[in-house]
Amino acid sequence: MTNPLPASVDETLELLQRGDYIAERSLATALYLALKLNRPLFLEGEAGTGKTEIAKVLSATLGRRLVRLQCYEGLDVASAVYEWNYARQMIEIRLAEATGEKSRENLGGDIFSPEFLIKRPLLQALESDAAGPPVLLIDELDRTDEPFEAYLLEVLSDFQITIPEIGTIKAEQPPTVIITSNRTREIHDALKRRCFYHWVDYPDAAREQDILRVKAPNVPEHLSRQVVGFVQRLRGMDLFKLPGVAETLDWAQALTQLDRLELDPETINDTLGTLLKYQDDIAKIQGSEANRILTQVKAELSAAHSA
Amino acid sequence: MVQDTPHSRPDIQIDGGRLSANIMHFARCLRAAGLPIGPGKVLQALEAVEAVGIGNRRDFYWTLHAVFVNRRDQRELFDQAFHVFWRNPDILKRMMALLLPALKADLKQEGPEMSRRLAEALQTGKPKPGESQGGEEDQEIEIDASLTWSDRELIQTMDFEKMSAAEIAMAKSVIKRMSLPIMTVPTRRFQLSHLGHRADLRATLRQTLRSGGDVIDLATKRRRERHPPLVVLCDISGSMSRYSRMLLHFLHAVTNDRDRVHTFLFGTRLTNVTRYLRYKDIDVSLEKVSGAVQDWSGGTRIGRSLHEFNRVWSRRVLGQGAVVILITDGLDRDAAEGLGEEIERLHKSCRRLIWLNPLLRYDGFEPKSSGIRAIMPHVDDFRPVHNLASLADLAKVLDHVGPRRHGGMARWLAEVASA
Repeated sequence: MTNPLPASVDETLELLQRGDYIAERSLATALYLALKLNRPLFLEGEAGTGKTEIAKVLSATLGRRLVRLQCYEGLDVASAVYEWNYARQMIEIRLAEATGEKSRENLGGDIFSPEFLIKRPLLQALESDAAGPPVLLIDELDRTDEPFEAYLLEVLSDFQITIPEIGTIKAEQPPTVIITSNRTREIHDALKRRCFYHWVDYPDAAREQDILRVKAPNVPEHLSRQVVGFVQRLRGMDLFKLPGVAETLDWAQALTQLDRLELDPETINDTLGTLLKYQDDIAKIQGSEANRILTQVKAELSAAHSA
Repeated sequence: MVQDTPHSRPDIQIDGGRLSANIMHFARCLRAAGLPIGPGKVLQALEAVEAVGIGNRRDFYWTLHAVFVNRRDQRELFDQAFHVFWRNPDILKRMMALLLPALKADLKQEGPEMSRRLAEALQTGKPKPGESQGGEEDQEIEIDASLTWSDRELIQTMDFEKMSAAEIAMAKSVIKRMSLPIMTVPTRRFQLSHLGHRADLRATLRQTLRSGGDVIDLATKRRRERHPPLVVLCDISGSMSRYSRMLLHFLHAVTNDRDRVHTFLFGTRLTNVTRYLRYKDIDVSLEKVSGAVQDWSGGTRIGRSLHEFNRVWSRRVLGQGAVVILITDGLDRDAAEGLGEEIERLHKSCRRLIWLNPLLRYDGFEPKSSGIRAIMPHVDDFRPVHNLASLADLAKVLDHVGPRRHGGMARWLAEVASA
C-alpha cells in the first residue's frame, strides 16, 4: 500500500499523526518542504527528542521502504555503499582456471558483475520499487568523520554512485532523505546548505501530554500529568543531561509497572535512574530538591484543576 | 613562472621608464607587507600593464590585482596599498627620501583602517628591529629575514611581559611560522600498506586480475593515523592580558596549520572564536576576535566559564577524543567556587588535559591560590607559557602520546606538600 505525498503542511501534520507522531507545526513545515522540493531534511537536537522516529513514521505512513544507515566513526564506502563478495570472486577465478578460461578481459568482466556486488544502504536507497522511492535515514551523522561527510555530499547532490568496475548507478527517483545529528560535532556548512534544517526541541507540556496519551495509553491521566509537570520543571534546571521525551515515556511506563497512581518523593528517588543518566544530576535532584519540585507541580495542578 | 620571451623588459617605455620602476617599488612594498611576490611576478605585472595599457586607473588597478593577488585574504591589503601608493605620483621619491613628513601625513590620513603591516612596509626608512642604522640598501628584505640568530635566541627566552613593542613584533613573526606537532592516534580507516597486518581483499583481487588469476598475492592494509582534535580554552582576563594577545597569535598560527582546532576565550564569560581565527590574515582575524569578545582584560570566573563550556560545548567539540589545552593563571575572582567539579568533568571528558600557566616561570611558584589548588589534581600535564621557548616546548609535550593519566601531577603535589 502506498500513499501520495501530503499536499500541504496540515496534511503533513495529519500524516504524522496517523503514525502516532505528535509534531510541532514548525517541524511539519520543514518536512513538507523537504518532501515537496526533494531536498534532504537535516534534523539536529538533543538525544531522545524523536528525530529517528520521524523517518520510521514517514516510511510507515507513506508505505515506502525504510533504508537505514547507522553512522559510526570510521564508516567507509565498503560498509555504507557497496562491497564485492570476495569469496565468491575467488571461487569464480578458480573455476575459470579449471574450465580453461584464460582470457583476462573476460574474467575481469565476469567477476565484477552485479551478481558479485553486496549492496549497502546508500546503494539500496537508489533503487525504487513499486511503492516508490525509499525513505533513507542517515542516523547520527555526527559520529562519522569528515571524509565520509564529503563523500555523502556528492551522493546527496545528484543521487548517483560510481562503482569503478561497473559504472555509474543513478536513482530514477531520488529517495526521501532524513539526516539526524546529536551534535557531538559540528556538521560542515556545505552539507547543511543542501538540506532543510530543523532543530528538534523538547516539547512543551501540552504536547508532551499528547505524546504520552498516544504512546503510553495505559498510563493513568492523573499520573501522566504529574510526570509531565515534573519533567518540564527538570528541563528548566541546570543539569548536565536533560531528560528527553524517550525518558519521559520510560518513566511513565516504569511508574505504571510499579502500580503507582501518583508521584511521591520516595518513588521519585527510587526511579530517578530512568530519567537522569548522570550521577551528578541524580545527586542534585535526589531528596529535598525532588520533594520541592513535586510540591510545586502538585500545587500548580490543583490550581489549574480548580480554575 | 617567468616566461623568458625574446624581447626583454626594459623596452617598456611607458612614462619614460618611470612607471616600470614604480611598479617594481610597489611590488617591493607589497612584499614587505607580507604578500608572496617574487621578481617573476614583477615581470608579469610589467607585461600585463603593457598589454592592457594605462588608459584609466580602474583598469590599472585590476591589472595589478590580477597579477599580485592570488588569495582572497590578500585583497584588502592590496587595496589599501594600491590607494596609498598610487595616490601620490611623487611617492617614489618620498620613499627614497626615507620617510618625509608628507608621507607620514599620507599614512595618517588613512587612519585606523590602514593595516599596521602595510604602514610598517611603507616606512621602509625606519630601522627595523634587530637591524643596524643605515640599512638602506636592503630595503626589500623582510622584517623576518633580518632577524639575526643571537636576536632570535634572546627573544626565545625573553618573557612576553617584559618585551618592547619591537621585540613583540619579532616574536609575532617567529610565532607565525610555528607549527604544533601533535601526536597521532590510529583511526578506524585503513590504507594500503606493506606493513599492515590485515588482508585487503579488494586490492588483492585487483592484483590477482593483473596476472589473470594465476597468482593470488595477498595485499595488506593498516590503520590510518591522524591528529586528535585540539580544543583550547584561553583566559583573557586582566592578569593575563599581556600573554593573551601573544597567545592569540600563536592560536591563529595553530588554527591555520591544521583542521579540527576549536578555540574559546574566557574572562567572566565564554566566547567561541574558532571561526574568526580561521581567517588567513592575522590582522583581519584578530579584528574579528576583538569584536566578538566583550570582556577583554576584566575579571576571571574560571568556574563559571568552564561550567558553560561543559554544558554547552563539551559534547559538541570533545566528541572525538580531543586534547584540551587550558591557558590560565588560575587567579579566580570567585575564589574557585565550583571550579573543582567543573575541571574534573572537563578532565573526564577529554583525552588529555594540559594546563599552561604563565606564573610557573617563577621558580618559587607555589600553588597557593584556591583556583590553582582546584585545578592541580585534575590535569595530566602542566607547563609554563611565558615566552617563545615555552611555546616550542609545548609542542614536545603534545608530540608524545603518553598515558591518558600520568601521576606526574600527584608526585609534584606531594613534593610541594613535603617541602
